[in-house]
Formats: sequence, C-alpha cells, structure tokens
Amino acid sequence: MNPHPEDEVLRRQRERARLMAWLLGAFVVLLFLITVAKIGLNK
Amino acid sequence: MTPSIAQPALPADWRDLVALTKPRVMSLVVFTGLCGLLAAPVALPPVLAFTAILCIALGAGAAGALNQWYEADLDAKMRRTANRPLPARRMDRQTALHFGVGLGAFSVVLMDLATNHLAALLLAVSILFYVLIYTVWLKRRTAQNIVIGGAAGAFPPLIGWVAATGQVDLMPALLFAIIFLWTPPHFWALSLFVRSDYANANVPMLPVVAGIQNTRLQILLYSITVAIAGIAPYALGLTGLIYGVSAVALNAIFLFLAVAVFANRAEEVSGMKPERRLFAFSILYLFALFSAVVIDHWVIA
Repeated sequence: MNPHPEDEVLRRQRERARLMAWLLGAFVVLLFLITVAKIGLNK
Repeated sequence: MTPSIAQPALPADWRDLVALTKPRVMSLVVFTGLCGLLAAPVALPPVLAFTAILCIALGAGAAGALNQWYEADLDAKMRRTANRPLPARRMDRQTALHFGVGLGAFSVVLMDLATNHLAALLLAVSILFYVLIYTVWLKRRTAQNIVIGGAAGAFPPLIGWVAATGQVDLMPALLFAIIFLWTPPHFWALSLFVRSDYANANVPMLPVVAGIQNTRLQILLYSITVAIAGIAPYALGLTGLIYGVSAVALNAIFLFLAVAVFANRAEEVSGMKPERRLFAFSILYLFALFSAVVIDHWVIA
C-alpha cells in the first residue's frame, strides 16, 4: 500500500488521463477511416 | 443490489475498468461475432468490419460491466467472483454504472455510424437483454435464467452477419440457435461443480433448485438439441462438406461427454470430472464449430 494516498490518487488519475488521450486519438483516426471507407462504398 | 458495499476512496485503476468488461467472456463473443461477419455473403471493407467487431466487443463489455454493477452483492458471496473490482472494493459502484452505460451507448452509436441501423438495433437489444432480462429479471428468480438469458450471448454472430448484409437470414438465425441451445449445458456443467457457490448466494441455478441428477438429464437433453441445431446448417444445404464433417464429429464428442455426465452419479465436487470435461470441451466446441463455418464458407467461395 502506498504510504501517501494522495500520490496514489494522482498516479491513477495520470494513468487514466493518458489512456483516455490515446483512446480519443485512436477514435479520431477510426472516424476518419470510417468516413473514407463509407465514401468508397457510395462511389 | 448492494448499497451496503463500502465505497473505496481511490479512483478506479484502469485495469479494473478492463476487468469489469469480463475480457474472457468477451473473447468468445468477439470470435463468434467475427465468424458471423466472415461467413456472410457480403464482404465489408476491412475498416468497417473491424469497427463492427469492435462495437460487438464494446457492447459485450458494457453488458458485463452493468451485470457486475447490479450483481456486486452476489459476486461478493461467491468464491469465483469475490475478487472482481466491485466486491473486492477496488472501485465504487457509480464508476461501474457510468462506465457501463457510456460504453454501451458508444458501441451502439458507433455501430450505427459504421454499418447499419439493424445491426445497431440488434446490438442495443443484446445489451439490454443481458442486463435487464437476464441480470435484473431472471437470474435471481428462476432456474430457467440461463435458458432464456442465453439468448443474449447468441446475438454476436447475428450482429456480425447483419453488419455485413443489413438483413437477417436463415444461416445467422441457425448460428444464433446453436449458441442459444449450447448455453444451458455449458453453464449447467459449470454450475454442477460450483453449485455450493450459487447455493450460498441464493441464485436459483438448476442444480440448486432441481437437484444434481435432474440437471444431468437436462444437460443431456439440451445436448441433443445442440447437435440438431449444429448439424442443421449442413442438412439444409447452407454449408458444405467441411462444415458437415466438423459438425458431426464435434457434436458426437459433445453428446458422448453429455452421456458421461448423465451416467455420473457423484454428488461430491471431487467426483465431477465428466462435468469439468464437458464444460472445457463446450468452449472448444464453439470455437471449432464457428471456425468450421468460416473455413467452409471460404473454401466454397
């Protein structure tokens, strides 16, 4: 157990924020690729 | 529900959020969904196919998270589930609820965006069926919980197929039926050797309510229906010989193991090797049978 709980809170928040940033980035790329694929289907 | 479970002070670790989605169950869901998509007569562009499978996985994860949110009190009473994030108090219930609802809504919207309305509708129905019909309504009330609730796990190949074609056909309906009928013998085999867990948690699983021998009989009867549904795609001319031979062989083994379960008279967990064997094989069965659907489709194509 971490002797400084506030450090552990910060560590977990940092990890989750970093993960969320990656996921949002991946989502933006996925949306772009979906749009390209949909345009291709409608040609 | 358990408002009594103490709330942790720390924010949830992201690994616990992943655990909330039941990743092991998700692997089977993703696989059967992928097989439904790959067996369809229409090929989606890879990025749309990937998104469809991603949405099926996220939808299953959302259903798992909401299931754990609602069942935290039951999970705390069972050895098998006591270390999940909520009963182990590593996460507060509100986080699990928000995560589950958010993930479910996101998966349905993304499915609609990437594929079609019907696939998104079926995904929403499958999530709601698992959470409301199975988890909230049936699980604590009737020994038929697994029989009816099994429909929730049967949706993925249907969703995969509909994502590609936009319509429901006989073949995905049969894939749905196979998983629907496979679920009771699969779970009842498990519930036989963990029945004390279910009894302690007051969950009316069949071995707890109807007894061990009656459950073994039901496993055998359902295994016969699994065999009929499993061989039907070949018998109806929807698949080729590769699937036909695979289905006959796999169902013969399934039936053989179900007969061994039926013949077993052990009441103690230590004597339930046939049940453990059937449970383990039932997972392999589903993977192998659905692989055969795809391989057969590709060979014919």
